[in-house]
Amino acid sequence: MFAIVHKRQLSESVFEMGVHAPQIARKVRAGQFLMLRVNERGERIPLTFSDWSADEGWIRFIFMRVGKTTHLLSHLEVGDALADVVGPLGVPTHTEGLGRVAVVGGGVGTAVAYPVARAMLEAGNEVTAIVGARTKDLLILIEEFEALPLAKLMVVTDDGSAGEKGLVTAPLARLCDAGAIDHAMAIGPAIMMKFCAQTTKERGVPCTVSLNPIMVDGTGMCGACRVTVGGETKFGCVDGPDFDGHLVDFEELMSRQRVYADLEREADAEFSKECSCRL
Amino acid sequence: MPPVDETGRRRPSRAPRTPMPERDPVERAQDFDEVALGYTEEQALAEADRCIQCANPTCIAGCPVNIDIKAFIARILERDYAGGVAVIKERNALPAVCGRVCPQEEQCEAACVLSRKGEPVAIGRLERFLGDYDLACDLEHRCRVEVGQDSGRKVAVIGSGPAGLACAGELRRFGHAVTVFESLHAPGGVLTYGIPEFRLPKSIVQAEIEMLQATGVEIVTDAVVGATYTLQELMSVHGYDAAFIGVGAGLPIFLGVPGENLNGVYSANEFLTRVNLMRAYEFPKADTPVWRGRKVAVVGGGNVAMDAARTAKRLGAEQVFLVYRRSEDEMPARREEVHHAREEGIEFKMLCSPQEVLGRDGWVTGMVVTRMELGEPDESGRRAPVCVVGSEHTIECDTVVVAVGTRANPLLTTATPGLEVSSRGYILTDEDGATSIPGVFAGGDIVTGAATVILAMGAGKRAARAIDRYLRDSS
Ligand SMILES: Cc1cc2nc3c(=O)[nH]c(=O)nc-3n(C[C@H](O)[C@H](O)[C@H](O)COP(=O)(O)OP(=O)(O)OC[C@H]3O[C@@H](n4cnc5c(N)ncnc54)[C@H](O)[C@@H]3O)c2cc1C
Ligand SMILES: Cc1cc2nc3c(=O)[nH]c(=O)nc-3n(C[C@H](O)[C@H](O)[C@H](O)COP(=O)(O)OP(=O)(O)OC[C@H]3O[C@@H](n4cnc5c(N)ncnc54)[C@H](O)[C@@H]3O)c2cc1C
Ligand code: SF4
Ligand code: SF4
Ligand code: FES
Repeated sequence: MFAIVHKRQLSESVFEMGVHAPQIARKVRAGQFLMLRVNERGERIPLTFSDWSADEGWIRFIFMRVGKTTHLLSHLEVGDALADVVGPLGVPTHTEGLGRVAVVGGGVGTAVAYPVARAMLEAGNEVTAIVGARTKDLLILIEEFEALPLAKLMVVTDDGSAGEKGLVTAPLARLCDAGAIDHAMAIGPAIMMKFCAQTTKERGVPCTVSLNPIMVDGTGMCGACRVTVGGETKFGCVDGPDFDGHLVDFEELMSRQRVYADLEREADAEFSKECSCRL
Repeated sequence: MPPVDETGRRRPSRAPRTPMPERDPVERAQDFDEVALGYTEEQALAEADRCIQCANPTCIAGCPVNIDIKAFIARILERDYAGGVAVIKERNALPAVCGRVCPQEEQCEAACVLSRKGEPVAIGRLERFLGDYDLACDLEHRCRVEVGQDSGRKVAVIGSGPAGLACAGELRRFGHAVTVFESLHAPGGVLTYGIPEFRLPKSIVQAEIEMLQATGVEIVTDAVVGATYTLQELMSVHGYDAAFIGVGAGLPIFLGVPGENLNGVYSANEFLTRVNLMRAYEFPKADTPVWRGRKVAVVGGGNVAMDAARTAKRLGAEQVFLVYRRSEDEMPARREEVHHAREEGIEFKMLCSPQEVLGRDGWVTGMVVTRMELGEPDESGRRAPVCVVGSEHTIECDTVVVAVGTRANPLLTTATPGLEVSSRGYILTDEDGATSIPGVFAGGDIVTGAATVILAMGAGKRAARAIDRYLRDSS
């Protein structure tokens, strides 16, 4: 069992959680993820490490409440425990010698973008962060980003309720056109990554994306996470999660992410029923 | 009491092999409960009575771990079941598992003298009878192998499949402390995530593992060696004096045909893991879903393919096709499994090779296959299938399960400098399981490629003996 040692609500549906896991904390590098199971009947779900302390023996992740597992997770408090936490998994994000980097975080992808931006800075790159969300209330980690020694922080919302109105691709395109960046790293919903990849490709700027296919084991054993990159089948969990955005088949990724949509809704509805009776 | 002749010698029964009681195919194909029910005491006695108790028991050499088969059958005849269990446990820590899943017809039973007449003693079923007898006792009364005197040495076992468990059990007998590191949240390897409940109930696997834990084997789950720990670190920081790697060959192979990433195409590993390990057949009571196809095509001809096909049926498929490139004679699956699959209504499409998976809106709608003919024997000695030109046709289906084999998972090996592997990623060892790194041994599927439970256990035990020698030499 893994004791929960920290919990913070970042927005209506986004939470930060910390777990006591000293062995894992010693090993994590930015861009890696964990698999967790809330309880004995639980699903194994992947979440990215958002922070960790080897000295204090904890790891943190940020999650958005989207379905049953993240729902259950959001109900747990400090003092409760998770049945399983496994990691660190996946290839760490490549940060060395990239130069001037734009780190783009969209929605809950911002949770992943934050430690990546930090690692990019630590590796000596110059970092511009672009953080986007549908609306102001869904923006997360802005204070944390502000505390980093960034070249610039650009905030974007679809409805203009905070920062620039529009999509993250607009400031990204401007940075590319101005010749202000050597590399982009986009993390967020598949559709956002797809358009970031397109924007940078048209402008000849390399772009790394952090993919989020459905996973079961997270160690290369099942192939649930397969994605097509440059015409080849790759396993998201062991070959990624980072890939060259210009080569990813995003249509396939988006289609594969929907496999269980109906079933997940069923499970979540069932759960909500139980949940509301208990309240 | 078995009949004796006038000289007082026992006269073995000449009755035919005692059939295994099994559940009705129609009924059993609706649920995940076990298919083969096991011998009753009476049936076990009748079957044991067929054993000649040969002066030169050829059966023993047929068992990869050389269980003293003659002796355990003698104990059954004496109704000394606990004694029978003890005989088996001398050699095999998991009798209830092996009695169920060993390919006995190719091993011990093939070597039984009575097999010449086509009716060998049902050694596997008798072994299962004893294994189940043992597990039916409460924990204190079960047969426990004797733990050796504490040697003060510590061994890390990586992977809790049959290879790792057998190695761990044996190391305890030598008195070494053992920690098993398992990457998944439950121990057992393929026994837990792969072989379905209806063939090997998970409660049996769990009970056998509990027995090992009772001898002092410590199991740490959620520990991926190569990620959570490195092998070097286990030895240098965590104080393990030696290590055994039994991580299996768990990386699924796909067909490499167009359309294979459509929704509804599973590797057998994913399909079986969702259903067995994650209990998706209880969804939404268990949280992990599985897509329940109406028409399912399973590609492959081994035990894994049979398990996947029979699982699909149990999830409610109206039609399940087994698509195999060669003919039924070449299928590597156990005869018994093929027979069970047929009984349950699996439709065999032999000599068919998948060319493409068809889809609409991202979902599988069918699979194009070509008819094959058997040509000249290939290097494996089996006749190689060749395409019949112009024979393409489509099998209508909404789910495809690919069960054409697995490869070595590079996660641990690539994170372990100095560990020599073959061109295909399998760990290279000598016959005792020693790898290129001193003190590090390996065995099971990660050395041989996908094989069998008992061969993996045999490798684990051999390595344990070699580890024991290594520890004594290095002290
Ligand atoms: C490498 C990786 C890193 C991730 N990091 C984060 C993170 O830091 N924060 C975060 O909030 N989310 C992250 N995700 C996504 C997260 O895993 C899913 O949101 C979560 O599994 C949803 O589970 P659920 O039961 O609550 O929702 P469900 O009801 O299962 O599903 C809701 C939606 O989430 C998607 N989903 C379901 N299961 C998975 C799965 N196993 N993997 C990916 N997507 C799935 C489905 O497409 C579905 O539309 C990451 C995913 C991957 C692959
Ligand atoms: C569906 C199916 C049906 C089968 N049916 C039969 C049958 O009827 N009879 C038979 O004899 N054989 C059968 N087999 C084959 C048999 O199960 C295998 O040959 C045997 O399990 C191999 O044992 P192993 O210990 O080498 O590996 P595995 O059983 O694969 O166990 C390896 C374990 O190591 C863990 N692991 C992997 N990497 C790491 C890591 N880096 N760190 C920590 N742990 C790790 C894995 O999670 C796993 O638990 C079947 C196989 C399958 C898949
Ligand atoms: S372990 Fe397998 S091969 Fe050996 S006697 Fe038992 S059933 Fe036969
Ligand atoms: S060879 Fe067959 S008959 Fe002879 S002892 Fe072994 S099991 Fe009995
Ligand atoms: S999640 Fe199973 S192989 Fe990637």
